[in-house]
Amino acid sequence: MKNISTPWTSRIVPTLLVGTTFLFVAFFLVLPLISIFAEALHKGVAAYFNSFKDQYAWSAIRLTLVTAAIAVPLNIVFGVMAAWCIAKFEFWGKSVLITLIDLPFAISPVIAGLVFVLAFGQRTALGSWLLAHDIKIIYAVPGIVLATIFVTFPFVARELIPLMQEQGTLEEEAAVTLGAGGWDVFWRVTLPNIKWGLLYGIILCNARAMGEFGAVSVVSGHIRGETNTMPLYIETLYASYSTVAAFSIATLLAALALVTLVAKSVIEWREKY
Amino acid sequence: MGIEVKNINKRFGKFTALDNISLKIPDGELVALLGPSGSGKTTLLRIIAGLEEFEAGYNSDILFKNQSVVGNRIAERRVGFVFQHYALFRHQTVFENIAFGLRVRRGVNRISRAEIKRRVDELIHLIQLDGMESRYPDQLSGGQRQRVALARALAIEPKFLLLDEPFGALDARVRQNLRRWLRRLHDEIKLTSVFVTHDQEEALELADRVIVMNAGHIEQEGTPVEVFHHPKSAFVMDFLGSVNLFHGRVVAGQIVFDQSTDVKQEKFFVRPHEIELVPTDPQNVGFPAKIRRIQLAGSIAKIELSDHSEKEIFVEMSHEKYLLHKFKVGDTVSVVPTNTVVFEEDYVI
Repeated sequence: MKNISTPWTSRIVPTLLVGTTFLFVAFFLVLPLISIFAEALHKGVAAYFNSFKDQYAWSAIRLTLVTAAIAVPLNIVFGVMAAWCIAKFEFWGKSVLITLIDLPFAISPVIAGLVFVLAFGQRTALGSWLLAHDIKIIYAVPGIVLATIFVTFPFVARELIPLMQEQGTLEEEAAVTLGAGGWDVFWRVTLPNIKWGLLYGIILCNARAMGEFGAVSVVSGHIRGETNTMPLYIETLYASYSTVAAFSIATLLAALALVTLVAKSVIEWREKY
Repeated sequence: MGIEVKNINKRFGKFTALDNISLKIPDGELVALLGPSGSGKTTLLRIIAGLEEFEAGYNSDILFKNQSVVGNRIAERRVGFVFQHYALFRHQTVFENIAFGLRVRRGVNRISRAEIKRRVDELIHLIQLDGMESRYPDQLSGGQRQRVALARALAIEPKFLLLDEPFGALDARVRQNLRRWLRRLHDEIKLTSVFVTHDQEEALELADRVIVMNAGHIEQEGTPVEVFHHPKSAFVMDFLGSVNLFHGRVVAGQIVFDQSTDVKQEKFFVRPHEIELVPTDPQNVGFPAKIRRIQLAGSIAKIELSDHSEKEIFVEMSHEKYLLHKFKVGDTVSVVPTNTVVFEEDYVI
């Protein structure tokens, strides 16, 4: 057999493209990531751990965890329900629903926050009613949770809709002819078929819920120890020139991002094999 | 009566899938719904199972053993449905797939784990997949998957078995074997079954009765022999095997084939095996044609001819008869139909 070798000129373009991509990734992703850890540790390990002794730091971490713990499960339920009805049934207004699910992706998080301020603020009838009954939503934890749910709503549904549409309804139909009710169909047939996609959606949803800044910033009011989530607290620290503390807290979010990436790769690998 | 369907209509948008269909399927029979794609056969099967809604019209009804099942949920109808592409649960093993219908039983119908195992093992033995119970669907061949799908449907002890193109996705050899196996199985368990197919050979070989469908209505019902030998329409004759269309006139009690398509010409339908080829034609009962191709690989000899207007004619004969005349490609012979069928209505092949 003749040895076929590609001329060196035709290897230039692929090498150039791959090289550029790596440079881009190094410059825009890896370098900032390293600098976070470098900044956090540049006054020594003791200074790094000192940043977590602050009570406001702990309350910010706690609030972020609480927010994610409420927002993520709710969006799992909403997301699975929305994906289920969009992928498996035909109904009037389906395309409108799909557009609405995408809405949080389409609008700026700041606008999303403002929408809640406008809806529940003191100037509206709803807002004054809430005030009269001493229910606080804006500049309080419920507002933060609401804004987070809104911003992270599409992740689970968006992940599941194409997957469920591709799988079709044949297995569900088969299950129904075998006598299964809706509950059995979901738990025994649909859920096992979507479990990896669902986990993937949950991980992305969680990462965004913990990292959300814009929408939460508008509704929070930045009350230290009360309505500061981790991203907000980092911003407050940074603005007050507490660089080491700001970057130390930031390493937690960066670590979350890294864990998310690893988990995502594992799931993608599992889906394939 | 096993299954009775009365005045069923179904439209998809402006397309009429089923046009006032009524049919009866007697107990214990294996019935084929035969038709080209788009004839409504699968839709009809899905409506019987309850997987598809139909348009309620005057006196429309579906009866199982003389009881109306309209309004019953799919699960209550208890029909075993075998899907064209198997629709096996991909994340469940062979055993779990077959056990599914037994495991989802609730209340008084609940059965014990041991009983489930006993029944599933029995079914696995029936479909000859012993030792494969812990395999997943993607580790099985097409024919094996189809048998698992069948066992899964049988596990719920259905009143009827409905099969949608059961052999459609299999290669020719596996199809042959599975077909015979299904027929033997049916003779053994005598479960009233309906299967949808577009393959006339499959319908004629397998079924007790054939229902030929076309464009949302039933063209003809009958035993395989009836529909094959006494087709009621040109469509049925054409669909149940190849057919030649000759033009001619009846003169003094004899057909004169002149193959021109003038006015007042009659259309004669002739099966390829009901044509004689003769080297000479002194009585002038046929018409001349030239042999274009001879195909001898197979149980019969197939000969393609063309007449003066380049119209193709297909002839089939036994190898003995072929050897008698020693036909060669390029020979001009006389085509003599031995049996012709004439239909009233106009149908274009």
